[in-house]
Amino acid sequence: MMGMVAAITARDLKLAMRRQADIVSVLFFFIIVASLFPLGIGPEQDLLRKLAPGVLWVGALLATMLSLPKLFADDFRDGTLEQLVLAPQPLGLTVLGKVLAHWLVSGLPLALLAPVLGLQFDLSSDALLVLTVSLLIGTPALSGIGAIGAALTLGLRGGGVLVSLLVLPLYIPVLIFGAGAVDATVAGLGAEAHLSILGALAIGGVFFAPWATAAALRIALE
Amino acid sequence: MIHWNSFSDFLAMGGYGLYVWGSFGVTALIMIVEPIMAIRRRKTLVLRLKRQLRAEKSTHKAGSTSRSNGEVGKETRSSQ
Amino acid sequence: MNNRLINWFKYASPQSFYPLAGKMIPWFTALAVIFGIAGLWIGMAVAPTDFQQGEGYRIIFIHVPASWMSMFIYLVMAFWAALGLAYNTRLSGMMASALAPTGALMAFLSLWTGALWGKPMWGTWWVWDARLTSELILLFLYIGFIALQASIDDPRRADKAGAILALVGVVNIPIIYFSVKWWNTLHQGSSVSLTKSPSMAMLMLWGMLLMALSFWMYSIAVSLIRARSIMLERERNTEWVKDVLAGEGK
Repeated sequence: MMGMVAAITARDLKLAMRRQADIVSVLFFFIIVASLFPLGIGPEQDLLRKLAPGVLWVGALLATMLSLPKLFADDFRDGTLEQLVLAPQPLGLTVLGKVLAHWLVSGLPLALLAPVLGLQFDLSSDALLVLTVSLLIGTPALSGIGAIGAALTLGLRGGGVLVSLLVLPLYIPVLIFGAGAVDATVAGLGAEAHLSILGALAIGGVFFAPWATAAALRIALE
Repeated sequence: MIHWNSFSDFLAMGGYGLYVWGSFGVTALIMIVEPIMAIRRRKTLVLRLKRQLRAEKSTHKAGSTSRSNGEVGKETRSSQ
Repeated sequence: MNNRLINWFKYASPQSFYPLAGKMIPWFTALAVIFGIAGLWIGMAVAPTDFQQGEGYRIIFIHVPASWMSMFIYLVMAFWAALGLAYNTRLSGMMASALAPTGALMAFLSLWTGALWGKPMWGTWWVWDARLTSELILLFLYIGFIALQASIDDPRRADKAGAILALVGVVNIPIIYFSVKWWNTLHQGSSVSLTKSPSMAMLMLWGMLLMALSFWMYSIAVSLIRARSIMLERERNTEWVKDVLAGEGK
């Protein structure tokens, strides 16, 4: 069973590697958004340090969302998705594989890039560490929940904007606890409570969302 | 039994008039406009469907072989 | 037992529900007006001044019913959605789409009246209180549902996609509420707690309950009107719609 998930993930990764421009543009979007904020707010370091957790988390969230419409669109266009739906394997596991691949090419690089951007905001090394960890834990949930939105809007006109409309409200808990973990560290409190709730959200997002996504895909392909 | 001494007291709402009437006004507006729009939507829909039905019937009577009738049918469909 | 079951399912088809809804609408409208007049009389004319909030508290008579209805309608919508997914009934999806705009308007009214209440009471139009924020997110969920259904042309797919979204939303609402609440307690200071509500006099409670009933009846009436349009539109090629059209407005 896990072998099948891994096979799907490996396939999607191979496809993503052929289109590295997509991955890079998501990362650049994140970099640009994070760099625009200090320009809009002003260079005072105290203020920036206070805003950093929220700005970086919102930036990562928007960047993840940008890459969502691509999650199923290519497979939908060339008919692969139909094959996957008809395949004897449970569709939820196929979706899980695709979600993992999506996380590996969007969430993971974003999390690894975040501490560099955090330096622009004068975050302490503790806060940078927590920022990375919170993104590592939280972004899988973003990919999982986002997959539901991507599947619901598959093949619709204006799909990209619609995805954000559907998915952003559902992202709020992840944002609150992700940014909250960094906030707590900056304020000198422990981040453990935030991170464990974030972990719970991620587990929920990764293991329950694929089944809702699978149902949405079946409807889209009917 | 009535709490207010005068109508102007009632309108003033103890100094909160703007806020109270702003709330009640918008609520009343929405609760009047929403049903009117819903009823109008059904009325225009009924008119449209009736027109379509009549067009279909007339094409039926004239016989379905002629080409111009087919075009009438198409027109009604595109006007949906 | 069996008989009753059949009778019940009889009304689950648009064909027989359409005339039933038509008969029900005037009754619910009348009830909404009666409860509304009674509630407004008690709330606006008879109820005494609140010793803490003066006359400004009277906004409660529409604010609380609107908030209740916005949440309740979402639950009912999700219920119809689940029913539609489980039993594949045509009517359920139509009811869900008919309810959504009213729910969104109720959420908007709740926010609007909340802002107008907050300004004189706390000196600000908006606070990031858990309840206000959750209500705002609820409005976003309604808008997402309406936008999703509007962009799908095939009504069957629109129903099912909307149903999944509504169910995902219903699972998420408690999570969102508790996370916002937690977030709010961490950022004390600027926030105002809404939870310690002033003890209400019996009369005020009655006014509020009557208004809530009025809003409830109103929501049923207006969504039945909308549901009737949806039924006609979707089933326009069936015989029963042709019969209805023939009988309409002679």
